[in-house]
Amino acid sequence: MSTLPEPSVSSNPATGSPSLMARLGGLIGPDLGIVPVLIALVALVIYFEVRSSVFLSADNVTNLFIQAVIYIFLGMAEVWLLLLGEIDLSLGWVAGMSGSIAAIYTNVQYAWPWWAAFLAALAVCTAIGGLWGVIVVRLKLPSFIVTLAGSFIVEGILLYILDKVFEGGGAPVQEKVLSNLTQGNLTPTFTWIFVAAVVAAATGVTLARERARRRADLARTPTYRIVAKLTALTAFGVILAIVFNTNRGTFIPIEGMPFAVPLVVGVLVIYSFVLSRTKFGRYMYAIGGNAEAARRAGVPVNRYRIYAFMLGGFTAGIGGLFYVSRLGGYSSSSTDSTVVLYAVAAAVIGGTSLYGGRGKMTYPVVGGIILAVIINGLVLIQVSATMEFVVTGVVLLGAVTVDSLARRSQNLLK
Amino acid sequence: MSESETNPRESDGATVDSDVGDREPMLLRLRGVSKNFGAVQALRHVDLDVPAGKVTALIGDNGAGKSTLIKAIAGIWELSSGEKWWLGNKMVSHTPKEASDLGIATVYQDLALCDNLDIVSNMYLGFEKTKSGVLDEVSMEVRTKETLRDLSVSTVQSVRQLVGSLSGGQRQAIAVARAVMRDAKLVIMDEPTAALGVTQTAQVLDLIRTLASKGIAVLVISHNLNDVFAVADRIAVMYLGTLVSSGPIESYDMSSAVDLITTGTSTRAA
Repeated sequence: MSTLPEPSVSSNPATGSPSLMARLGGLIGPDLGIVPVLIALVALVIYFEVRSSVFLSADNVTNLFIQAVIYIFLGMAEVWLLLLGEIDLSLGWVAGMSGSIAAIYTNVQYAWPWWAAFLAALAVCTAIGGLWGVIVVRLKLPSFIVTLAGSFIVEGILLYILDKVFEGGGAPVQEKVLSNLTQGNLTPTFTWIFVAAVVAAATGVTLARERARRRADLARTPTYRIVAKLTALTAFGVILAIVFNTNRGTFIPIEGMPFAVPLVVGVLVIYSFVLSRTKFGRYMYAIGGNAEAARRAGVPVNRYRIYAFMLGGFTAGIGGLFYVSRLGGYSSSSTDSTVVLYAVAAAVIGGTSLYGGRGKMTYPVVGGIILAVIINGLVLIQVSATMEFVVTGVVLLGAVTVDSLARRSQNLLK
Repeated sequence: MSESETNPRESDGATVDSDVGDREPMLLRLRGVSKNFGAVQALRHVDLDVPAGKVTALIGDNGAGKSTLIKAIAGIWELSSGEKWWLGNKMVSHTPKEASDLGIATVYQDLALCDNLDIVSNMYLGFEKTKSGVLDEVSMEVRTKETLRDLSVSTVQSVRQLVGSLSGGQRQAIAVARAVMRDAKLVIMDEPTAALGVTQTAQVLDLIRTLASKGIAVLVISHNLNDVFAVADRIAVMYLGTLVSSGPIESYDMSSAVDLITTGTSTRAA
């Protein structure tokens, strides 16, 4: 049973122990994974910090994370679709729809409780996604066109609602919880508790899994790899906590981790769990890898396609709540049609494949942070807003090229 | 309505069949199986016996009806007429589900594997083991390793490798192992060695022999007569929708097999 050697560590025949390169390779895993992207992120951070001394200030880092949250949620939404080889180009406007509904119904005029307005917003977004899914599956149309058309439809309806409801064409955020999504912070103590809890949970889960594998006499993950991963997580958490707990207010003290961060982590953990530990997630990957094989294995492929569109809409809806919270309201002039490209960019820059079957929920987190770093950094070093589009476009193009090359080299192996 | 002029089944093939039949009923028996697609007769009155623990090679030229026949066995096509008997019982519904419930597994040429998933995930696709809703990776991995070891598949490094990184022969092995793990009694393989090199072909042929030695019936479609003579216990030759000849491999040689494939008859057979 234990005769199969460890997959990613090739032994050095001379010494019989894994060589240094093999160990480094072992840290990264069989494919390059997220590491090159992290290296790019570090390089970007260093560049902007050298060019602008305020880039890594506590104030700006917090700001940057809030900015990233929107891209992250939109990117996660897109990952559900990209995994199946589909795409949803309406997600930017779906997010706007969610934010507007939440803002309108928590407004003094309607004064719904926040949770009711949030639920309504998310339900509408899920339904919109589901509608695209049904059209794609039943009429066998490419999702690219369906959702492009859908994006115009949602945009039109949204602008109509905004004009109808408020003469001025806007829905301001007037509710505390909605506003706190991006404005509120944990206390410094709870910031530390949160970081400690995440590290403890990650350690516990990892060790439990290793124990189960050892009991079944299966190949174990090399210890250095576990240690490296957990150390990196801990270091990242501690640094973030220190930065977030630094007072960044000028008159009154503002400190602590923004609420948005634990909320992102929560959604990330749930989604990652579903994708990697449940049948549902396994079938998502299977359909993206070989839909015909999944169908023959008894997976209801079309139903899963619709689920993916619904989850995409739902997740974009969450992003929309943060979006409107950050903007302080949604109006017909908040027409930001580039947002959807940021959604695709966040997912693809992180390493999600456009061809389906490859991607993780951690990818849009890193991708979203990279986007936020670029956009935030370019503003700080006073590059014009137009250049921001060019740079983002170039980065997206680069990511897609890498994706395509990776796919081609994989096909060459066969 | 036998259109065959030479039929080794009538001579010494019959003794082999009854020899098997004395101890237990034939695993699969086709009697008078026909399949029409509109006016086209793809299968004409095919009688075929597939015994357990033997490798039966189904040979014939392109368009001879081999693929139609295996699809009829796998329940994908309903029969226009004729009967299928499984272990002495008549099969009634002719659906893919009935076939797979009985233990008929088909490994098509495209193998139906997900390259982006690892070996364990592919082996269990659609049949994942769960513990309170969560995938039970440990027990799936253990079982996968056992199955591969049983089939003497020793070339894969780790069962956590992505299937996309495997060679053609290994992929074939995974597709077969997937069927075996599901307790297949009859494994149908469509051109298993068509795209493989010498070493990998040898591995797949070994795998086929291993299956037979475990009492599993194997029905192999192949164009490669060298492979057929290397691995098969029995041969069934199709020609223009008709099963023109079938019987133990000893009743044939390379030239008689070629005659049967190309003309449907052979003066040299048995």
